[in-house]
Amino acid sequence: MPKDHGIGASNKRREDIRFLTGTGNYTDDINIHGQAYVYFLRSDVAHGKINSIDTAAAAAMPGVVRIFTGADFEGIGGLPCGWQVTDKHGEPMKEPPHPVLAQGKVRHVGDPIAAVVADSLDQARDAAEAIELDIEELPAVVDMKAAVQEGSALVHDDIGTNLCYDWGFVEENKGAVEEAFSKAAHVTTLELRNNRLVANPMEPRVAVGDFNRASGDSTLYTTSQNPHVIRLLMGAFVLGIPEHKLRVVAPDVGGGFGTKIFHYAEEAFCTFAAKQLNRAVKWTSSRSEAFMSDAHGRDHVTKIQLALDADNNFTALRTETYANMGAYLSTFAPSVPTWLHGTLMAGNYKTPLIYVNVKAVFTNTVPVDAYRGAGRPEATFQLERVIDKAARELGVDPVELRRQNFITEFPYATPVAVEYDTGDYHATMDKLVEIADFAGFEARRKDSEAKGKLRGLGVNCYIEACGIAPSNLVGQLGARAGLYESATVRVNATGGVVVMTGSHSHGQGHETSFPQVISEMIGIPEDQVEIVHGDTARSPMGMGTYGSRSLAVGGSAMVRAAEKIINKAKKIAAHLMEASEGDIELKDGAFSVAGTDKSVAWGEVCLAAYVPHNYPLEDIEPGLEETAFYDPSNFTYPSGAYCCEVEVDPETGKVTIESFAATDDFGNIVNPMIVDGQVHGGIGQGIGQALLENCAYDENGQLLSASYMDYAMPRASDVPFYKVDHSCQTPCTHNPLGVKGCGEAGAIGSPPAVVNAVIDALHSGGHKVEHIDMPVSPSRVWAAMNG
Amino acid sequence: MYAFDFEKPTSVADAVVALKDEDALALGGGQTLIPTLKQRLASPSKLVSLMGIAEMQGVSADGGTLTIGGGTKHAVVAAEAASAYPALAALAGGIGDPAVRNRGTIGGSLANNDPAACYPSAALASGATIVTDKREIAADDYFQGMFTTALDEGEIVTAVKFPIPEAANYQKFEQPASRFALVGVFVAKYADGVRVAVTGASEEGVFRWTEAEEALSGNFSPDAVAGLAASADGMITDLHGSGAYRAHLIGVLTKRAVAAAG
Repeated sequence: MPKDHGIGASNKRREDIRFLTGTGNYTDDINIHGQAYVYFLRSDVAHGKINSIDTAAAAAMPGVVRIFTGADFEGIGGLPCGWQVTDKHGEPMKEPPHPVLAQGKVRHVGDPIAAVVADSLDQARDAAEAIELDIEELPAVVDMKAAVQEGSALVHDDIGTNLCYDWGFVEENKGAVEEAFSKAAHVTTLELRNNRLVANPMEPRVAVGDFNRASGDSTLYTTSQNPHVIRLLMGAFVLGIPEHKLRVVAPDVGGGFGTKIFHYAEEAFCTFAAKQLNRAVKWTSSRSEAFMSDAHGRDHVTKIQLALDADNNFTALRTETYANMGAYLSTFAPSVPTWLHGTLMAGNYKTPLIYVNVKAVFTNTVPVDAYRGAGRPEATFQLERVIDKAARELGVDPVELRRQNFITEFPYATPVAVEYDTGDYHATMDKLVEIADFAGFEARRKDSEAKGKLRGLGVNCYIEACGIAPSNLVGQLGARAGLYESATVRVNATGGVVVMTGSHSHGQGHETSFPQVISEMIGIPEDQVEIVHGDTARSPMGMGTYGSRSLAVGGSAMVRAAEKIINKAKKIAAHLMEASEGDIELKDGAFSVAGTDKSVAWGEVCLAAYVPHNYPLEDIEPGLEETAFYDPSNFTYPSGAYCCEVEVDPETGKVTIESFAATDDFGNIVNPMIVDGQVHGGIGQGIGQALLENCAYDENGQLLSASYMDYAMPRASDVPFYKVDHSCQTPCTHNPLGVKGCGEAGAIGSPPAVVNAVIDALHSGGHKVEHIDMPVSPSRVWAAMNG
Repeated sequence: MYAFDFEKPTSVADAVVALKDEDALALGGGQTLIPTLKQRLASPSKLVSLMGIAEMQGVSADGGTLTIGGGTKHAVVAAEAASAYPALAALAGGIGDPAVRNRGTIGGSLANNDPAACYPSAALASGATIVTDKREIAADDYFQGMFTTALDEGEIVTAVKFPIPEAANYQKFEQPASRFALVGVFVAKYADGVRVAVTGASEEGVFRWTEAEEALSGNFSPDAVAGLAASADGMITDLHGSGAYRAHLIGVLTKRAVAAAG
């Protein structure tokens, strides 16, 4: 019987009431009396030298408050990068400056050149059109491989190269990997592109800067997944405002998917301008602006090779990847193709030797950074595609080839520096075979063939490193931030609980799932627990939400703080019942003395803490409020097996997804309904990447897919009803909840299953197609079939 | 968008007068013009809405002709033309999404003549007559290339007269992002022959595939076009498909349209 409360209950999401009835408080809903509006004049060329910017006529236009250009930001910090990667020679990456407004050059279509602040947005736009620009267009750097050739135009002249870093991992293994390849019985090679994506959260970015002249305090309201991180980066590195004079609020945020992790120029601008003008300044991105100013995702070009022995055991793996950084280093961009990608190349397999080379390249395109999965989808896609290709080349069953090479003993130290704590890859595969009805596939294929369609079945496994991350480890790897999480648990005098978490909810349902944990621990109903997040003035310093970390890290901090509360409350209860603290038990919202019928209610203990008339004041302080900071000792390692079945119309190349099954091992699960939903959404985005989404530039650096007219987002009719199963649970061994994180799994695990299925379908029709780059669009399938 | 004046006349005659102002533009359902204005890519002095003109509304069948008012929305055509001209009703019911179909109009679509719009293929394949405030224009003379028609400045499409075919079908292969026609083929069979019109594919906009028409006029069956291949010359190549792919789709969709038309 499913639970109806606490851990394991599929509670309906309490936040949905306001989201679905139009009563949410999104950033764009925030309006401050007397606010001005900013319009950013953005570059329409990919690369150009700014000869002059004449704002005189524009500044005289009606309603204009002030026009800012790069010159206004000279001497002020640029946007910082939060992760320094060290290259294979031990040298730090190239880290060119990233000005708030362009200085000297524009480096991508959308690069902000000037910011017009006016009484209304229309007035700001009118004035922006009156700015006279003299920009000398320069050759655009678009293709990554050409960008690192001698003689290429340079995105940043002063660093003398477009190569940000050339990373080798693990460099010491390189020789042994080469040797293993020379001895291999079989080598499978695959070259592919992991397509560039635009995150497209439903709510575009918004920033509202405010300044209080009386107190000297600045406030930024922003669409962020991590307001404390923005406060630190913007305050310390860009604007020079100490934390106690700067508040950052991220209220209801309509989706993030990674692209709202980063610190953006518009946030810094609005905060800066509000102080300069002593007036609130608001910016709301249009969807068109989002396409050319939100950090993009993925965009890797990879060659991967898998070596096998005569018994089909994986003996070595090597990869060479070009990773697009875009024109500037976005906040966590350098970490994505390295520590979030190279460390996952072992996948679910006991390949003993692995070498990963990544060349990060500057181009005249929008900066690229983490997007749902961030490095792990890129790792999974190439690995699971090359295994499928190897199986075909060797004439073996792709599932059996995987099973033969599965890691089966835990903990398992991979050759790429991480240690998996738990997992059971055969269990998730067994479950997949069952729920996806492998046994019935041949009959379904015959039915499809009778309709003139080709049917294919694709399988893949995935492993991800989530619960990001142990601070001491990531510090060694170049992170310039800690990745712990915080929580304050405040118990009010009448027993209600408020949890102020550093995690941020922008669709994840924390307001529902976090109270389930508190309810389980204390035994009070969930409606007695309130979650506060998204405001640096209310929550302790936290690191926010990304990398499937909220429950694993933020939830653990909450558990630690709640444990402190319970320990203290037991002392109070012991005092009230004149019993020994060691005999006190907490169950169903009441404290009792073991072996007696003595009991005192949760609320009575809480009241005693705040009205300490009968209270052990000599031993403990009044009040019931505790804070904990939790730093994980390892990543968590969710894993799973996915299966996709497609039909291909051989006349048009159109692919339709007939079924999709997913088995995930997320360890313990707090709210199964929310977890199912996270997986559904992730698979939807994975199917989007696999079949539809394609952020494309032409050779001049013009964005070809700059709107929904050309950028294909998945719609409801593009995705099937999913079969998901989360019954395989190997709990995480190192966090108190035994949870692993589920936010990114769907997006990581689904693209290879889709492409593997398409390739399988084409082979069933006699088409010897080995690979089609994503998105596997009808025209690409047709071209491959007729190539 | 930039500021403009707005008028909503109740008769064609008043609309014609209102459109005489310099830089005045007619506004139908606004499915292209409004986004264009929002992007500041047009700056009319005045918008003249045609949506208040009762004489431009409605669907009526008389003898062998289906007449649709120029201001009639796609959703109305989808519902009200279903018995008289089911292929045309199905086309209207497949344009955009419900929001688009309850704003966009047939007159607006034909006046705009987007090279990937659905309606131009139906009008051309049906040998329709475009009725304006001052004349009647045969479809064969009306479509003059991408976003180009025989309309004069300020001329209003008041109605479209479709000869009702013996059999017809429209096959649309959607561009994955916009869901406009990557290629759309409308096949219509009349007593005096078959007409095949193709949208989405050509750099010149909607066109008739005369080789297929000839083959089908002698033998209205999918086999008749099985061996035909449309030329890739002049076909659009873009992010979503090459000219060769579009040319190939023309053949596939024509065959399917004939099969579906029965």
